Amino acid sequence: MTRDEILASLFPNGSDIEIANAILAGKATLPDGRPIHVLGITQGQNLGVDEAIVLAGHVIEIIGSQDQAPILILVDSASQRMSRRDELLGLSEYLAHLAKALLLAEAEGHRTVGLLYGGSAAGAFIATALSTGTLVALPGAHPAVMDLPSMARVTKLSIEVLKAKAEATPVFAPGLDNMVRTGGIQIVWDETAPLAPQLATVLAQPAGQDDRARLGTERGGRLKAAEIADRVVALATASHQGVQHG
Amino acid sequence: MEKLSFRLSSPNSAGGTRTQAIVGVVASGNLEVLLERTSPADVCTIEIATAAHGFGLVWDAVVRDFAARRSAGGLRISINDGGARPDTVALRLAQGVRKIEEPER
Amino acid sequence: MTTVTADTGSLSWYEASARQRIDALVDAGSFQEFIGPELRETSPHLSIFDLPEQFDDGIVVGRSRLQGSPVLVAAQEGRFMGGAFGEVHGAKLTGLLRAACALHQDVLILFDTGGVRLQEANAGELAIAEIMRAVVEARRAGINVIGLIGGRAGCYGGGSLIAGTCSRLIVSEQGRISVSGPEVIETNRGIEEFDSRDRALVWRTMGGKHRYLIGGADLFVDDEALAFRQAAIDALRGKRGYDKAVLEAEQKRLERRLQRFGEAKDAVEIWQALGLDAPTEIPALPTDAFLRAAGKRENADDAR
Repeated sequence: MTRDEILASLFPNGSDIEIANAILAGKATLPDGRPIHVLGITQGQNLGVDEAIVLAGHVIEIIGSQDQAPILILVDSASQRMSRRDELLGLSEYLAHLAKALLLAEAEGHRTVGLLYGGSAAGAFIATALSTGTLVALPGAHPAVMDLPSMARVTKLSIEVLKAKAEATPVFAPGLDNMVRTGGIQIVWDETAPLAPQLATVLAQPAGQDDRARLGTERGGRLKAAEIADRVVALATASHQGVQHG
Repeated sequence: MEKLSFRLSSPNSAGGTRTQAIVGVVASGNLEVLLERTSPADVCTIEIATAAHGFGLVWDAVVRDFAARRSAGGLRISINDGGARPDTVALRLAQGVRKIEEPER
Repeated sequence: MTTVTADTGSLSWYEASARQRIDALVDAGSFQEFIGPELRETSPHLSIFDLPEQFDDGIVVGRSRLQGSPVLVAAQEGRFMGGAFGEVHGAKLTGLLRAACALHQDVLILFDTGGVRLQEANAGELAIAEIMRAVVEARRAGINVIGLIGGRAGCYGGGSLIAGTCSRLIVSEQGRISVSGPEVIETNRGIEEFDSRDRALVWRTMGGKHRYLIGGADLFVDDEALAFRQAAIDALRGKRGYDKAVLEAEQKRLERRLQRFGEAKDAVEIWQALGLDAPTEIPALPTDAFLRAAGKRENADDAR
């Protein structure tokens, strides 16, 4: 689906969204009449310092409005911008700042939903889609940490060998299905049905704990993460009590 | 990975009271050695997982020399090896025994 | 390998292992590890690639004391798989941050990482996202999360994003912070964009001095474990909490950086724009002289 088809299917009541340099920002009305903020990075754009600061600024405005309306962030990006200028200026701070803005928005009562409808990779994926409370995707979305040819170069394995290994595990290879199985994406929407009710279903879920590791366990794609994290919490709490009691 | 396992007689028990010690890291040409005081007092077991295949005889010589020279009785030693040379292995094993024998704080 | 404790001798942070750093950082004998190497919770994924495992999966987490106060600590081992985040490695840090919330104890993260471990890239990427969320939740609960950066592997990729969520960052000259590594930029954009073999370029673009000068790090220390220890004690005294005011202050700070330095082609131009005397001399200055020269640096204050 194209961006405009997605917006039309999501917001049959219309929307008021502006696009500047592949950054999208505006507002729409949900079928039940409630407002929703819409942000996005589109057209396979790289996420660099200039884009991240603009997106974070929009999030801060939304938090400032105190309207408690949800935020939908559409993502079709490339990776972080790999450039000397971006790193010279401290790209890590800008990406982390955007991530913190989205995480704080959710904590301040704005339900945040990411909609991955194209690509996204590495730092850009973390700072946008993976910093929302709930991440959903459309068929054809293609998240990646690193593309297979680059991965082949770094691991010194051929692409054929990597592809064969990827048959056995969802843990390393790029792709939507793998990101679903490891728990990063909650659900893949049905693009043949209207999107508005599918968004309503997600928005009806309360904001809650980070359940991605648990999803990864249930789906068999990430069997250790939830268990290990829980064990560390249990050990820390137990050793704390041990110390306090003597 | 190639897995090797040795069960060696080591009449002298390792000193000290620490229950475990770990030395080294797994990297190219390096290895980690985990020592636990869980074997019978006159036995030293050594399990090795190594990235370098086909060096069983070299390992055999290094660990037998170690068990004969050091007080390694009672130790279960587990090694993850990133392809270390025999002298590095011998050094880490010696460091490991020294560490498990250190007084506890 | 000698054991160096918090009350003896000198230890290069850069050269030390994760375990040596913890021993030298916290009060002597106070560290207790969670899920230690004897439990052999290794990566379940490296065997797919016939790669060796490490018993702690390259990260040591536990509880300890710093000047008598309880503090949780995580230390990455940069020599194992470049300190990269895999599933188990990342989950140990996520768990530690959640424990920090439960116990209301501060956290020290000793970064030493190339980013996400490619052999388990999806799990590593998700671990980064889970850790960042856990850091923000901890900070909102009034917990300070301090990052210490000065290891061999630097603090790259997803590690640098986690660092960007911390309350305070302590850095040495060796502590490089960057999302894309020099080789990655060169591979993707060509040697004209970034010559990864030009070490001076790497240091002045990503190194600790530059990060400190533009406000990307809060405390600059010698490559010395005791210096990191003292800085950690100081950093833990910093302002607590994470809210809209902090977020807005950081927005202003980062906007200002783009306005002031957005056109600069090289770090030296930025140092010149900062008004530092003899900006070309900065890389050669020892710590004392550097800190004196850095008086006009951009300060992150509480805008982080």
